[in-house]
Amino acid sequence: MNESQDLTLRRASRLSQLREYAIQGALIACSLVAIFTTIGIVASLAFEAIRFFGKIPIQSFLFGLEWSPQTAIRSDQVGASGAFGVLPLLTGTLLISFIAMAVATPLGLLSAVYLAEFANAKTRNLVKPMLELLAGIPTVVYGFFAALVVAPLIRGGGAEFGLQISSESALAAGSVMGIMLVPYISSLSDDVINAVPQAIRDASYGMGATHTETVTQVVLPAATPGIIGSLLLAISRAIGETMIVVMAAGLAANLTANPFEAVTTMTVQIVTLLTGDQEFDSAKTLAAFAIALFLLVLTLGLNIIALRLVDKYKRKYA
Amino acid sequence: MPDYLLTTSPQMAKRHARHTRFQWYGRIAIGISISFMLLMFTAIFFRGIGAFQKTMVAVDVQFTESQIDPSGARDATSLKQANYKPILLQGLQQVIPGATERRDRNNLYKILSNGAAFDLGERVANNPDLIGTSERVWVAASSEVDLYVKGKIDPEEIPEELRRLKDQDIAWVEILRASGQIKKKFNTAFFTSGDSRNPEMAGILSAALGSFFSLLICFLIAFPLGILTAVYLEEYAKKSRLTDIIEVNINNLAAVPSIVFGLLGLAIFLNFFNLPRSTPLVGGMVLALMTLPTIIIASRSILRSVPQATRDAALGLGASKTQTTFHHVVPLAMPGMLTGTILGMARALGETAPLLMIGMVAFIVDVPKGVTDVATALPVQIFLWADSPEKGFVELTSAAIMVLLTFLILMNIFAVYLRKKLERRW
Amino acid sequence: MSTDMQAKQPIMTARNVDVFYGKKQAIDNVSLDIPENQITALIGPSGCGKSTFLRCFNRMNDTIQICRVKGDIQFAGQDIYDPKVDVVALRSRIGMVFQKANPFPKSIFDNVAYGPRIHSLSESKDHLEDIVITSLKRAGLYDEVSDRLDEPGTSLSGGQQQRLCIARAIAVDPQIILMDEPCSALDPIATAIIEELMDSMKEKYTIVIVTHSMQQAARVSQQTAFFHLGELVESGDTEAIFTNPEQERTQNYISGRIG
Repeated sequence: MNESQDLTLRRASRLSQLREYAIQGALIACSLVAIFTTIGIVASLAFEAIRFFGKIPIQSFLFGLEWSPQTAIRSDQVGASGAFGVLPLLTGTLLISFIAMAVATPLGLLSAVYLAEFANAKTRNLVKPMLELLAGIPTVVYGFFAALVVAPLIRGGGAEFGLQISSESALAAGSVMGIMLVPYISSLSDDVINAVPQAIRDASYGMGATHTETVTQVVLPAATPGIIGSLLLAISRAIGETMIVVMAAGLAANLTANPFEAVTTMTVQIVTLLTGDQEFDSAKTLAAFAIALFLLVLTLGLNIIALRLVDKYKRKYA
Repeated sequence: MPDYLLTTSPQMAKRHARHTRFQWYGRIAIGISISFMLLMFTAIFFRGIGAFQKTMVAVDVQFTESQIDPSGARDATSLKQANYKPILLQGLQQVIPGATERRDRNNLYKILSNGAAFDLGERVANNPDLIGTSERVWVAASSEVDLYVKGKIDPEEIPEELRRLKDQDIAWVEILRASGQIKKKFNTAFFTSGDSRNPEMAGILSAALGSFFSLLICFLIAFPLGILTAVYLEEYAKKSRLTDIIEVNINNLAAVPSIVFGLLGLAIFLNFFNLPRSTPLVGGMVLALMTLPTIIIASRSILRSVPQATRDAALGLGASKTQTTFHHVVPLAMPGMLTGTILGMARALGETAPLLMIGMVAFIVDVPKGVTDVATALPVQIFLWADSPEKGFVELTSAAIMVLLTFLILMNIFAVYLRKKLERRW
Repeated sequence: MSTDMQAKQPIMTARNVDVFYGKKQAIDNVSLDIPENQITALIGPSGCGKSTFLRCFNRMNDTIQICRVKGDIQFAGQDIYDPKVDVVALRSRIGMVFQKANPFPKSIFDNVAYGPRIHSLSESKDHLEDIVITSLKRAGLYDEVSDRLDEPGTSLSGGQQQRLCIARAIAVDPQIILMDEPCSALDPIATAIIEELMDSMKEKYTIVIVTHSMQQAARVSQQTAFFHLGELVESGDTEAIFTNPEQERTQNYISGRIG
């Protein structure tokens, strides 16, 4: 009796062992998709970018001051007459991101501080979801509003003051993008501020500081690395944003710091270069991949620094 | 008590004033953000609400056989393609007899939409018995007339040379209005037709279906992959180089700009694998890769919150790792994971840039019937309409945004409802 | 010693104080005088309410929403819970040192300078530096940190951090310093240093200390108050309390039978 039972038991467990391994294998395979995606992204961008740098030298891309992407129309035309310097795109991106952060940082931080420190539970529960809502609105909606309402307003307002503001200005796109970024900053900063231990707040109150003095001179300085992390993440988001700038900023590649002019960004150029009728091989379309690679390095770099900052901060107070 | 210890002391007043001011800064900041949002919604609502109505013109037409079907064959195609312009024009001239000159006749006809004739053709082809009868038909007015009737064009403000709608056209429209032949009706075409060059004929159906198919593919790919990855990382994986790399990858992917995913789709799905361009299949695959990190991160935190006691109980009874995970832990975590997925889908619904990269940007009139049909998506349609110069598209864009936002709100409500309904207290 | 105590007016008095956390009563009808320039120790088993009572003196209980304080606590001739008293200013006169050292994540200098800065106590940079150095000296920390005032306060050892907190409290020149079990997280050597410090501090300041160690109370204080289950069982001359207590409960606690 015992023997046959033992045999049955042994056989069943071998089968279920195999099944365990199979399922585990399947799970690992699923998880590897994440790695394959990253490899895919890097490979596809790098591959096409390298082909691009075969046609246009990398120095003129990285250091060139002019962006006017033309390619030879006829095969016997001497060289490509276009300039493929990425700097005007970079300055456009940075200008708009700067404007966006100038709007988002005070609004986001002050909102976060108020909600974390001063608001009562009822207000918090009402306002926090409303701010989160800003993050859920598709960027194409922001872009439409920026082009339709904000840009004419700014241009009209500028005319009142005698300023010449173009109808597609960095200011219009930047300010709307700023509002879009507010929930990114406020929600992350909120977490960071709440993580500051009560003990040092008590120490500050015990010495006769007002609530605001405690917040501005003790809590916020203590939370600074985490807050900087959240700002870097927001900047990274701003740099990678496409639709708002496509719809409200311009196509003119200007090397300028003037927020009233039309500038173009890296993301806008990627869209322009790839949504048209050109063969896939031309320098123009390959340029898009080169820009994208540059963009990827920039945003990933910012994210890595940001995450490391936030991590270091969390570990300090864990 | 010395003065400075009392609330009335001037030394303290400055510090307390700073406190009050600082609180107001916070309130103002919140106020600005929320007002902006409300302003945006209001502006879009008022610009878009008009699109749900369309100006229609009543024309008394005579379906004369000699005009429509001289051969009497009643062939559907030739019925559709017959010239209905004279018929419509005759009907209009009954009300406005003065328009006899060739130029006047053309202008009079322009009160109607380009699609009016096409519309009549469809009607006759579907019901050939109409031939030989006369009827009052309601056809769409042209975009200019539509905007004028809705009050969006003010003839007083804009001089005639700068308008498409001339004073004479306006006079004619008023005559028609006076005799009750111009009315605003519910714009069903908005929901039942695809894109069109004429704003009065354009609808969101093809874009909505394109979005639907794309999200379907996205869900079918991202949900299982995401859940299983989260399960592996949380339940099975031991800390190792491999799991660290996977985690770092997921966190980085969550931060990659969406347009880069589009380029991935372009380079690999379209060019390397030669999958059909502009289809929800590829769109869904790209969106899936984009949404995957969000689903994984959300699901992991849900799995982490399932109490260890559940797993211990199952293992203690002799259940295998797989049985414990899939019979006990996953069902408990499923409501939360599903909610996270739906919220991820909602984000994907609003994405435009990656779809532009894989070509879902063409002018699509036909309604897609499957995932391999060429299609566009709702946010892309909004983008294209926003770019169109005709004034009538402003209304349509705003209305399409309202539809998109409604879908998003519904998805969020559904996600929250699902979580509440399936939540089990453990 | 006893005659000195009776001659002076108490710097703070508490009369019929009740404290509630929501519905639960933590302090029941406690009355106590705090004599000036002396160390008063509050002792009792854990959970008896001594920390809660201590926090009444600088209104730190205000920061806890469900806490309600009733009764009359007088300082400088005024009930400190009167609405016309500015609690922020009050806390510059009555300072606090907490159980676990909580220096700000700032430099040693900035830690000590924080109080004078917010209360605008210094007229110039040099004056501020004077205040900081004096406070560090009075807290017995200066010699150990004089060469590294710019380093973060959190880089010090536990005992040093606590002395930094004491220096920080001293820097605003309070009249009373409340200490809530300041040595409970420190080793015996650091504890001894701080006890010695307290003895020298009482010349300038009045100290009220909550301690769970009877031996510490016997070592440092001149007056002791024994709490049990929210009531003040007995208070008086430290020597008398420890050698000849009047109440039985006091006797039981001191001999280790309760707590």
